[in-house]
Amino acid sequence: MPKFEYAPAPESRSIVDLAASYGLFIDGEFTDGGGTAFKTVNPATEEVLAEVAEADQADVDRAVRAARKAYQRVWGPMPGRERAKYLFRIARILAERSREFAVLETLDNGKPIKESRDVDVPLVSQWFFYHAGWADKLEHAGLGPNPQPLGVGAQIIPWNFPLLMLAWKVAPALAAGNTVVLKPAETTPLTALLFADVCRQAELPAGVVNIVTGAGETGRHLVSHPDVDKVAFTGSTPVGREIARTIAGTDKRLTLELGGKAANIVFEDAPMDQAIEGIVRGIFFNQGHVCCAGSRLLVQESVAEEVLDRLKARMATLRLGDPLDKNTDVGAINSAEQLGRIRDLAATGDDEGAARWSAPCELPERGYWYAPTIFTGVTQAHRIAREEIFGPVLSVLTFRTPAEAIEKANNTPYGLSAGVWTEKGSRILAMADKLRAGVVWANTFNQFDPASPFGGYKESGYGREGGRHGLASYLEGTR
Amino acid sequence: MSERLDVRKTYKLFIGGAFPRSESGRTYEVADAKGRFAANASKASRKDGRDAVTAARKAFGGWSKRTPYNRGQILYRVAEVLEGRRDQLVAEVRAAEGVSEKRAGAIVDAAVDTWVWYAGWADKLSQVTGNANQVNGPFFNLTAPEPTGVVVIAAPQDSSLLGLVEVLAPVLLSGNTAVVVSSLARPLPAITLSEILSTSDVPGGVVNVLTGDIAEIGPWLAGHLDVNALDLTGVDDADVARELEVEAAVNLKRVLRPGTPTAQSLARITPFLEHKTVWHPIGV
Repeated sequence: MPKFEYAPAPESRSIVDLAASYGLFIDGEFTDGGGTAFKTVNPATEEVLAEVAEADQADVDRAVRAARKAYQRVWGPMPGRERAKYLFRIARILAERSREFAVLETLDNGKPIKESRDVDVPLVSQWFFYHAGWADKLEHAGLGPNPQPLGVGAQIIPWNFPLLMLAWKVAPALAAGNTVVLKPAETTPLTALLFADVCRQAELPAGVVNIVTGAGETGRHLVSHPDVDKVAFTGSTPVGREIARTIAGTDKRLTLELGGKAANIVFEDAPMDQAIEGIVRGIFFNQGHVCCAGSRLLVQESVAEEVLDRLKARMATLRLGDPLDKNTDVGAINSAEQLGRIRDLAATGDDEGAARWSAPCELPERGYWYAPTIFTGVTQAHRIAREEIFGPVLSVLTFRTPAEAIEKANNTPYGLSAGVWTEKGSRILAMADKLRAGVVWANTFNQFDPASPFGGYKESGYGREGGRHGLASYLEGTR
Repeated sequence: MSERLDVRKTYKLFIGGAFPRSESGRTYEVADAKGRFAANASKASRKDGRDAVTAARKAFGGWSKRTPYNRGQILYRVAEVLEGRRDQLVAEVRAAEGVSEKRAGAIVDAAVDTWVWYAGWADKLSQVTGNANQVNGPFFNLTAPEPTGVVVIAAPQDSSLLGLVEVLAPVLLSGNTAVVVSSLARPLPAITLSEILSTSDVPGGVVNVLTGDIAEIGPWLAGHLDVNALDLTGVDDADVARELEVEAAVNLKRVLRPGTPTAQSLARITPFLEHKTVWHPIGV
């Protein structure tokens, strides 16, 4: 395969106007936090981007009270058609400012600009647009004639898709008539704080959206606050467990979108060009920082050699480097801490006897980087086949029969997603039927849409986000 | 001529389609509503709970892969057999709950009608809770419900038959299998219902009934890694309910908290469903 040389094509960062420090967004205003301010860095360069306030218990309490007041006085009583117009406004403003959001997301997160520009931010605007239309049609959501909002939502989101996860949480909550207190991840708070400016431009009533920044401690204050009606969390399974225990015995509703260890199953009759692209998209999209990543490749033995040769050839063409460069395919690992976790877990692959192969690419000297890597000769007992790596590391296993593929695919406590590649329609349907996972991508992978419910079986969490099912997580039905 | 002495029934557990005694050998005395001796019920142990979960898991594959029409027919058959045992059940509900014959008759009738209502849901679920999703691109995209797996149910403590049916039937129709812990003080109608299930074409292991104390065996079941969901409807003690919910978090079980209305409703079915979304590109 010819390798093309590309001249640098960096996206300008001048569209982003970074402040030196950011406060908490509570009741429509930026305020100081009572905790210890922390720094957020560009993971591609380790440059400090800004200082961000940490919300302590009193700050969280102020935010929840602001959300409660807005719920009772303004947002709850507001007719759905008026709520809808606010959400349509937000969708439009997000689209208008999409380049600014894309650049800021790439700076703070490390993901390639072509992903933040072409995937994250367009989906964010679409998420608000889709849910805006629901706000005045809740009686058609299949929950009875007059479904009711739950009240104040506590929403905690991860660092892998910072703004997109905000949209997944905030849009359905607001459409249903709830108000929210949102905590972005400590390593990626900036696009959420810029979203506060979108709320200002949309003239969203104060207190409907409140944003408190901080780490785990801030999250714990938020989850355990007695005046929260609903908790929505996206993140790791251990933290999801802790949250489930915290709210046990209360009336709080909970949805959890947690880890995964998806099988991406390639049969010998797969459309091979698309399958290779699908494997790459499945594990190297967003540096593998994807809960539904296709991190276990199950390939039929008869084509294993061919698939691996073609996969390696394709991986050798992936361009790793400056996330702001429009040609970049693989960006930076989000934090030093995450890079350490990826290295540690990958090292167990070596120790346990799997064979490592990494794409031949140069890693920049500064910043956090990990070359796209595959392990072959992986067995189901290996830690790299069982644990979520959350990085650009693919474990390759083989199978002979469809039954063996199902057995291996389902042999995990997770159940978020799965992929199937075959040209045989009846086989697709049989596999989709037997895979214990909330999303099955057949002859495609890592597709997302606000109309499409997303969420896991088993220890990947409960509840769905997106579509009518996601909306239902923010409503009390009447039937 | 002396009056004939009646032949009494030994009440046992119902696990994997069989009626074993508790492996622990334990029983406890059950009194009727007037305080008279009614029977010695088996007191289920931790091991019985584990055996019941094993049986329920083993039955899950077959039960969940039957066609919804077939599951609906089998559950309707339960209602038929229940109706045929009406007199026996009326007598047992009277004895257990201390209600009048008329009231007991109404309770049994409601139990039969509840089975019929849920049986009819089996092949409509997908059309009501599923969706074809209009995504922004050339993709087939369909969401459909599936059963979540093995469900542990704490049956209501007061309503020994109707309450049990109201929590059990909505779990089964979608293809889940169940481990039920019956009312502690009023366990006998649950065992009679088990006899009905075992003669109604319901495969062994789909329903497993343990008589005993949810506060004792509940923590083992709630913490069991091969259980997918927990219905706490019959847990009256708030501290016990909280403890079980905490245990259930070990593998993120779906939990239905106490206080959820038991009247027949789609809202009793959906907590034990998973929704799976399948994507496929559209092209030629």
